[in-house]
Amino acid sequence: MTQSLTVWTAVAALSASVAVAEEVRVYNWSDYIDEALLEKFEAETGIDLVYDVFDSNEVLETKMLAGGSGYDVVVPSGSFLQRQIEAGAFQALDFGKLSNSGNLWDVIKDRTATYDPGNAYSINYMWGTTGLGVNVGKVQEALGEDAPIGSLSLVFDPANMEKLAGCGVHFLDAPTEIIPAALAYIGEDPNSHDPDVIAKAEPILTAVRPYIQKFHSSEYINALANGDICVAIGWSGDVLQARDRAWEADNGVEVAYNAPSEGALMWFDQMAIPADAPNPEAAHVFLNFIMDAQNMADASNYVYYANGNVASQPLLEEDVIGDPAIYPDEATLENLYTTTPYPARVQRTVTRLWTKIKSGT
Amino acid sequence: MRRLLVGIPYLWLLILFLVPFGIVFKISLSDYAVSIPPYTPKLDIGAGWAAFTEFLGALDFENFVFLTSDDLYWKAYVSSLQIALLSTIFTLLVGFPIAYGMARAPEVWRPALLMLVILPFWTSFLIRVYAWIGILSTEGFLNQFLLWIGVIDAPLTLLNTKIAVYIGIVYTYLPFMILPIYSTLERMDESLLEAAEDLGCSRTQAFWLVTLPLARPGIIAGCFLVFIPTLGEFVIPSLLGGSETLMIGKVLWEEFFNNRDWPVASAVAIILLLILIIPIVLFQRNQAKETEG
Repeated sequence: MTQSLTVWTAVAALSASVAVAEEVRVYNWSDYIDEALLEKFEAETGIDLVYDVFDSNEVLETKMLAGGSGYDVVVPSGSFLQRQIEAGAFQALDFGKLSNSGNLWDVIKDRTATYDPGNAYSINYMWGTTGLGVNVGKVQEALGEDAPIGSLSLVFDPANMEKLAGCGVHFLDAPTEIIPAALAYIGEDPNSHDPDVIAKAEPILTAVRPYIQKFHSSEYINALANGDICVAIGWSGDVLQARDRAWEADNGVEVAYNAPSEGALMWFDQMAIPADAPNPEAAHVFLNFIMDAQNMADASNYVYYANGNVASQPLLEEDVIGDPAIYPDEATLENLYTTTPYPARVQRTVTRLWTKIKSGT
Repeated sequence: MRRLLVGIPYLWLLILFLVPFGIVFKISLSDYAVSIPPYTPKLDIGAGWAAFTEFLGALDFENFVFLTSDDLYWKAYVSSLQIALLSTIFTLLVGFPIAYGMARAPEVWRPALLMLVILPFWTSFLIRVYAWIGILSTEGFLNQFLLWIGVIDAPLTLLNTKIAVYIGIVYTYLPFMILPIYSTLERMDESLLEAAEDLGCSRTQAFWLVTLPLARPGIIAGCFLVFIPTLGEFVIPSLLGGSETLMIGKVLWEEFFNNRDWPVASAVAIILLLILIIPIVLFQRNQAKETEG
């Protein structure tokens, strides 16, 4: 024991010396920041920034639960954050060091408190909805002028899907997003943790499975922009990035995003500091930098996601703050739902159901 | 000194195989928990013997029993075995003629040919597999080429199918098949073939009766080098295969990442290892026989 103690003291001393070198390691989602902001951070604070990216909550969570990730700031989504807080993965924030925390938006803080009671462990970075990305021209060609591009029946009604299969449909490879959507479609509680209710999603998804080209959580951005596919269930900002890429390429593809009328999942990506972060001091500096109104506005203007920073709103470009697909109006906001983490046993049922739907086994 | 040299491989085996195996086996006997790391019980070495026996008491084979309760697992094992077996056969069919051609090429060419086989290793494996996405996709090079020469009228769906997985595996593991076969063929004494022909063999007969048996150790080594890693392959099926390509590597990923159930994931891994031990033991026996002969 004493021996391991010596080792740990050595490790601690080593990480302390790293802290003197002032380095902050950030682990964020891919395609999720304007890189100019990263340079600005280094120039303003003199802290070296190591910026790594991931593309799934599962990968991040596995790193967090294994411990010793070496990151100072990570960005899990709400329901994942909640479980990781429960597991003891994060340290409470020191708001004394976060002078910009007054910029945060109460509307979002109220909602994120579901996952992080009192918002003690995290601040909101971006939030968005999960909805329908469509290639308007191709969908109307397949289903007629009055195609239901704002309704889940577009993707869950086999009659529609049969006609859309030819031009390509992608679903997110995320059971915790698609199963709630299927439940919302049939009028069940999307946040249900009851295995019997969750099972009702199976026939809905199995019926349209033959018409789904792929389950993937990032390929649809390019596929939509290039016109390779005509419909995707995807994340709001990603679809809007596809819209922009198509517009820049001037390829005649018109991409639109709609939060479905039956209700859409609202999610929150939260910045938090791991309990074993090597440099929590610098992590706080980074969080404070991100909460600056101008910086947050720059980030949103770049990635087309809404943020939880009310002070940044006057600085947002009109095609961000004025777009109801990014900042939903009151009526749409009413129509959004959130989900909470499944208990382990239910999670297993959900994963198993997902495998069954995808592979037929 | 001699003992030390003999000891190195054992030390290697101990550190890189037995210790990790022990850790995984231990986790496979524990239970899921919301904590860091996400399982219980944890072994506290400092707490003495009583804590250790208590720890042992908390372990059980529940997770292995669980694997029998759902047909997903054995179906995934069987499907992986099938894919690994077929891939090995395909790789052999492609790799043998290449190795044969290389070994029969003029001696001055051989280093260059060998280099060409090894060269792809200089690029990341991931990038090479990714390149196949560009080749096989609906709008990809292969379809465009086939459309251009008029073999097909409409693009073929290749990406996200089992065919793409086989192409990816054969491509990736081909050098592992070629190199051992080449090394046995290259060492072959060509006068044996002349002797066979003098004794009345035709060229083809000589190939079947002389060359092939002599290449056997290389073929067997190549097959194992392809079969064993393919069985647990995860990257190629997840990049090139569709969601209906069921492989145990993918199931392992889901247990570990989606279910966060390290204990069940470890149990899946242990069973995979046991399945792999059979071909490895067969391989060892074969090697031993070869050296005896």
